[in-house]
Parts: sequence; C-alpha cells; structure tokens
Amino acid sequence: MVDKIVIENLSLQYSDGTESLRDVSLNVHEKAVTVLFGPAGGGKSTLLRCLNRLNDLTEVRASAGRILIDGENVLDPKTDVIALRRKVGMVFARPVVLPMSIRENLTYGLELAGETRRSKLDEAVERSLKLAALWDEVKDRLDDPAIALSGGQQQRLCLARSLALQPEIILLDEPTSGLDPISTGKVEAALVELKKEFTIILVPHSVQQAGRTADYAAFFLQGDLVEYNEGKALFTTPKEKRTEDYITGRFG
Amino acid sequence: MAVATVIPIVATVIYIFAQGFPAVSLEFLSDFPHDGMRAGGILPAIIGTLYLTIGTAIFSVPLGIAAAIYLSEYAVDTPLTRTIRIAIINLAGIPSVVYGLFGLGLFVLFLKFGTSILAASLTLSIMTLPVIISTAEESLRAVPQAFRTVSISLGATRWQTIRRIVLKEALPGILTGVILGLERAAGETAPILFTGAAFFLPRLPGSPFDATMALPYHLFVISTQVPEMPIQIQYGTALVLLVFVLTMNLIATVIRSRARAGRQW
Repeated sequence: MVDKIVIENLSLQYSDGTESLRDVSLNVHEKAVTVLFGPAGGGKSTLLRCLNRLNDLTEVRASAGRILIDGENVLDPKTDVIALRRKVGMVFARPVVLPMSIRENLTYGLELAGETRRSKLDEAVERSLKLAALWDEVKDRLDDPAIALSGGQQQRLCLARSLALQPEIILLDEPTSGLDPISTGKVEAALVELKKEFTIILVPHSVQQAGRTADYAAFFLQGDLVEYNEGKALFTTPKEKRTEDYITGRFG
Repeated sequence: MAVATVIPIVATVIYIFAQGFPAVSLEFLSDFPHDGMRAGGILPAIIGTLYLTIGTAIFSVPLGIAAAIYLSEYAVDTPLTRTIRIAIINLAGIPSVVYGLFGLGLFVLFLKFGTSILAASLTLSIMTLPVIISTAEESLRAVPQAFRTVSISLGATRWQTIRRIVLKEALPGILTGVILGLERAAGETAPILFTGAAFFLPRLPGSPFDATMALPYHLFVISTQVPEMPIQIQYGTALVLLVFVLTMNLIATVIRSRARAGRQW
C-alpha cells in the first residue's frame, strides 16, 4: 500500500486558545476510503482543513508537525496553496452551490486554472457529473441555475465540482449530514467507484456510515487520535476501550 | 400612523407637479434664462447638475467601492480599521454646509482649483463617500461566507473570489447605494455654494475648471435673490429637480427588486 499522505506529529490551536489537534500522526493510503470519526469537537474537520490549507482562512495560533503529500510538506509557507487546492478537492457538510448555472459551477475552478477551450470544459463537465452519478439527472438542463436542484443533487454537484479539477485526493466533511437516506446511498455508492481512482478522506455523519464506507478508520476524541486501523478490524475488534465504548454507543 | 407618513410626501409631490407643470415646456428645458432669469429656460442648470453628478460619480464610486472591499474582505479588526469605521459613520452626520466650507478651503483655495466643477465634484464626493462605503460594505457582507470558502477551496485566489463571486452578488446592493448617494449629491446646495456654483452664466461650462449653474442652487437663487420672479418658473425648476431625483430613486428601486427576485441564496 502506497502512503499518499503522511501526517507527522501534527498539533494545532485556534487563536482563542481551544486546542484542536494534539500530536496526531497518521498515514493515509492511496486509492482507499479513510474515515475520520468520533464525537463533535474531536478535530476531524480541522485535520481535513489542514490538508488543503483551508485553515489559512481561520486564525490558527500555533501548529507543529508536518503533513507530507507525495513527500512534500504542505504546511511549508512556501507551498503553492492554489496548486495544492486543485490537487486536494473538498466537499462540505452543507451543499453550497455557487450562484450560477450547473455547468458554470463545474467549470469555475477549471476556468480559474486557465482552461478556456470549450471542448475541454464540456468534457470535464460530462466526466465529473458521471463520476458523481448525476449526469443522467441533469444532462438536459446544464444551463439551469444550480440552486434549482434538490439537496441530494446539489451535494453530488459539489462532489462533481471538485472532481472536475481532476484532484488526486478528495476530502469529504460530513457530506451527507443534510441528506435523506436515498441521496445518502447515492453518495456512498459514488464513493465506492471513486476510490478506484482517488484517495478519499471522509468524515462521516454517523458511526454506521463510518462502518459502511471505511477501508481504514481513525477514531478521534478531543484532539487525540485514539486508534487507527483497517476499517473491518477497528469496527469488529477495537483495541482501545474508548473506541469500543463509542462504536457500541456507550457515549457520543 | 404609517399612512400618515405618506401624506406629506404625496402632498408635496402633487403640489409641485400641479404648480410646476404649466411652466415646463421644451423651451423651458432647452433655453437659457432671459430677462434676469425672469423668463426663458433652465438648460444650464440642468446640464450643470448632470456634470456635477457625473463628476461626483467619477471620484466617489471607485474610491467608495474600493474602500468597502477593503473593509469587508481584507481588513482585520485593529484599532486602525475601527477608527476608519468610526470616521465613516461620523462623516455621514456632518452638515452639508461644513463640507462646503471644507471644499472651499481644500479644493478651491489650497489646491487652487478655483470655483469650478472639479472642486464642487470633489466636495460632493467626500459627502457622498460614507453613503457609498457603508451600503457597499453591507452588501458585500451579506454575501454568504460559504461562497468564499467554496471558491477558495476550488483554487481561486482571494481577489478572484471577490471579483467573480462576491462583487457579482453584491452589485445590485452596491448600485443602489451609489444611486442613493449620487441622488443626494445632485440635490444638495450647500456643498456647491462656495465651491462651484454660479449665480448666472451666459454659456455652458467648457471645462472642469469652469464654474457651473446647478438646479438646487438655481432654485435657491430665483426663490430668494431675484425680485419679481414669476412663481411658475420657481415651481417648474423645483419640478425638474424633483423628477431628476425621483427618477434616480426609481432606478435604484427597480435594481433592488429585480436583484431580490433573481437572487440565488
């Protein structure tokens, strides 16, 4: 197994003093779904936002450690964050479609990256919508406002939008938290296909979803990485008492 | 009670229309004043107010929007930015005649622009800036933060995000503020009194360094400074100024309601 991302001794504090991550080390394997789960406030989202440097937008007081993606430390101030964000796509908890058409949502990132050829853009629209299992539902109304889509469709559009940039890694922060079970099923089914091509890190919205989707699973509790293992092993025979208590529902 | 507030507005408009309408004709709008302004038209005042409004827009719109973008998108909360905000709020409360004196001191005398369209436009710009800055900043802040986060996560720079998403979404609100600010500038007398307005000019201004006639000042002049002034000309002038300002108001309202209907958030 190739390690796509190597996180070494990562610690992080917000400027208001809350500690978000404490000495976390984690290797993320290529072309698999790695699930980060645990109760709220465990640092999962913060970790995701370190990987594409979206934390630059918030006030972070102190950070230590390294995050190597393909061997390069992305926390280095000299990192080209624009290139990083094209390589590491992200889908957020609430589907946020940009106030433009379905097609423009998908081509937005590519146009910023300098792609002007209509054929390339059309190709990216079709490819990414197919990957996100949305093509059949929207192919006849690509120029409609994206806001007209249902919540589940909007979230798959957000997924397609990050896929359009042909990233290598996809971060999903509770992508199905606002969706009904059928839409959730569609997103999860899409993930199974996507992991053949992409490295996926998912913060699930429930332990059940963690169990369903995880090739690898990491349990976070109040900024500590408690346990990290293959998904099957972690959910059937957890080594740590705290992990077991959480997945059996004794707290949370 | 709410209806009661409408009565004076409607009454004023109806009264001005009724009194002024007979005076307004093509000749009134396209001719110079004659006989010591007791006859003829008000063309130079109309053109002058147009020039002053455009001149004010040239200075205050880019500067105001730039300041609003800085305050909304870039400024962090420091004593300096807090001071800037307080200054803007207080600037909005200064009486317009004080702007006029300030303009006289700075633009007319110190910078030697003379009594001119340039000096008057700059003075009106300073008066208009707080309105433009605060409405533009409000419109920018109303654009959901999530759009910015998503745009950045798709590899946009902060400026690309502002240009392609934030400004586009805030534009109707910004335009509304711009029009309301310029409308106030168009109707003001005091700031141009010492800086650019002329009692009477036999020809139209030829350069930004010429003084100009203007509707509100002309109305003041013919109402108070000219004996035996026919009353219809006064009301006719008031009507033209009112239509000018109300038209700008109407445009602002249309922009606002159309934007609200088409808004996707």
